[in-house]
Amino acid sequence: MEIFGIPLQAFLGQLLLGLVNGAFYAMLSLGLAVIFGLLGIVNFAHGALYMLGAFAAWIMMDQLGLNYWWALVLAPLTVGALGVVIERLFLKHLYKLDPLYGLLLTFGLSLIAEGVFREIYGVSGQNYSVPELLSGATNLGFMVLPNYRAWVVLVSLVVCLGTWFLIERTRLGAYLRAGTENAPLVQAFGVNVPMMVMLTYGAGAALAALAGVLAAPIIQVNPLMGSNLIIVVFAVVVIGGMGSILGSVITGLGLGIVEGLTRVFYPEASNIVVFVIMVIVLMFRPAGLFGKEA
Amino acid sequence: MSTPSTKAANMLRITYLVLLVFALAAPFLGLYPVFVMKLLCFALFACAFNLLLGFTGLLSFGHAAFFGSAAYVTGWFIKAQGWTPELGLLAGTVAAGLIGLVVGAVAIRRQGIYFAMITLAIAQMVYFVCLQASFTGGEDGLQGVPRGKLLGLLPLESDISLYYVVVAIFTACFLFISRIVHSPFGQVLKMIRENEPRAISLGYNVDRYKLLAFVLSAALAGLAGSMKTLVMGFATLSDVHWSMSGEVILMTLLGGVGTFFGPVMGSGIVIALQNLLADKVGSWVTVIIGAIFVVCVLAFRKGVIGELQAYLERRRNAAKAASQQT
Repeated sequence: MEIFGIPLQAFLGQLLLGLVNGAFYAMLSLGLAVIFGLLGIVNFAHGALYMLGAFAAWIMMDQLGLNYWWALVLAPLTVGALGVVIERLFLKHLYKLDPLYGLLLTFGLSLIAEGVFREIYGVSGQNYSVPELLSGATNLGFMVLPNYRAWVVLVSLVVCLGTWFLIERTRLGAYLRAGTENAPLVQAFGVNVPMMVMLTYGAGAALAALAGVLAAPIIQVNPLMGSNLIIVVFAVVVIGGMGSILGSVITGLGLGIVEGLTRVFYPEASNIVVFVIMVIVLMFRPAGLFGKEA
Repeated sequence: MSTPSTKAANMLRITYLVLLVFALAAPFLGLYPVFVMKLLCFALFACAFNLLLGFTGLLSFGHAAFFGSAAYVTGWFIKAQGWTPELGLLAGTVAAGLIGLVVGAVAIRRQGIYFAMITLAIAQMVYFVCLQASFTGGEDGLQGVPRGKLLGLLPLESDISLYYVVVAIFTACFLFISRIVHSPFGQVLKMIRENEPRAISLGYNVDRYKLLAFVLSAALAGLAGSMKTLVMGFATLSDVHWSMSGEVILMTLLGGVGTFFGPVMGSGIVIALQNLLADKVGSWVTVIIGAIFVVCVLAFRKGVIGELQAYLERRRNAAKAASQQT
């Protein structure tokens, strides 16, 4: 069976690969949006935190003998703790300044992380094997579905919807949203806003690290994996607008699929298709697809 | 009559003259001309970038796109088409200006932090195009670009003759940027930086001013990249990579955003540091650059020249206060 002259197997395979990439875009742009909402900082280090998550998983496997399931819990916690430290040491001095300084500082931090890991591990990737439980593939009749990829899409959907629920439907989320609108007023009501801000950054970092752990068995774990991804995620954020959580999830998944399809029909453009879409969106809807401000 | 401000302006003029004389004499003082030429290329790049960040208030995170694509265009025209160097430089500058026109037109549709993200994303697109296009030589880049003869007459193969061409171009561009900033056009840019809504309410077509500033900055950054190809003899992917955009931001920030000499100073420090450390510490250069970024943002936002200016200002005010008391 063929679709537009492309074998159905290859077509669905690329579609799934696109969906997996889209899951990473969604998780990262979600964290970026939450951090930007409350801290007013565009976290360039998000890519580095994602890379650290993947490396943490690999180091846990390689040095400590901890398996994938441990890494899935411990790596985000470790990186989240690091995020808390970063917020306390650096970011909290920037809240009153132009947001551009936050971008520059986190850019500097990601250069540091990247340089350290490049010095220790080089630029060639480290292999991380798929956990036994999820290895292999399921034959669905019309396609062969690699179990691990299905798992990645599933987990990221659960995490994204969970985050949406937490922010839009719980009391804690209400505090967060109120803090985004007017932090001093929320503080006046007795909410510990600095603590909330600190934990938000930590949670955003943990989310990025979780994406890193999920990605580790699919791609080579290498020091540059984060910075290449973060630029695409920035474009995703510009397309979706940072105003809406579900918006960034839908945009992330959608763009991943579009990228996958481009790889089928016109592979040369697959690297740049997201940027091209960004330019088109900016021309017709400058605020982004789900953006509020003009 | 000499008020303190004209005295300061005279001091500045004398300082620049001394620096120019120093630059002219540098090859005879034992400074390696290729090093100084490289430094001047990056200094021009940083000055062009500063025209946008320092004097218009727009942070472009994608200036490597202009620097790098101009480097490729110049290299290709000189090497593959056999153009003379001045035509090669012109082609690179025009190409960068045109790309700047397109990128600027898209990017100014959003402000502040989004502007930075959009320029970064479009620059990444330019990077991928350079990676895949046939005329750029892919991973190898364009190697062995000949320097040729200026206007078909003056051979530039010797470092000394090229050196004076580079110094002349840099000086002309520096004066040009200073002229732009002090012109009525530059004053409007400054107003946009300080208070954009007010500029709009006064009837200025802000977008057109921003776009023109963007194109000028892109074209000058392109000239810097073209000149770099001529000096070093190659154009590679690292010229269009996002880390180059980061480097030019660092140079400007370190020297002093919105000062005239800051970007020159900053690029001097960064290039000297890279030269000094490159063979010895490998990837730690990236770490050191990252650390300088962090320190600059946290504690040193005015940069070297900015802090110096602030210090002189404080001293002048203290002297004035003291003279008023007696």
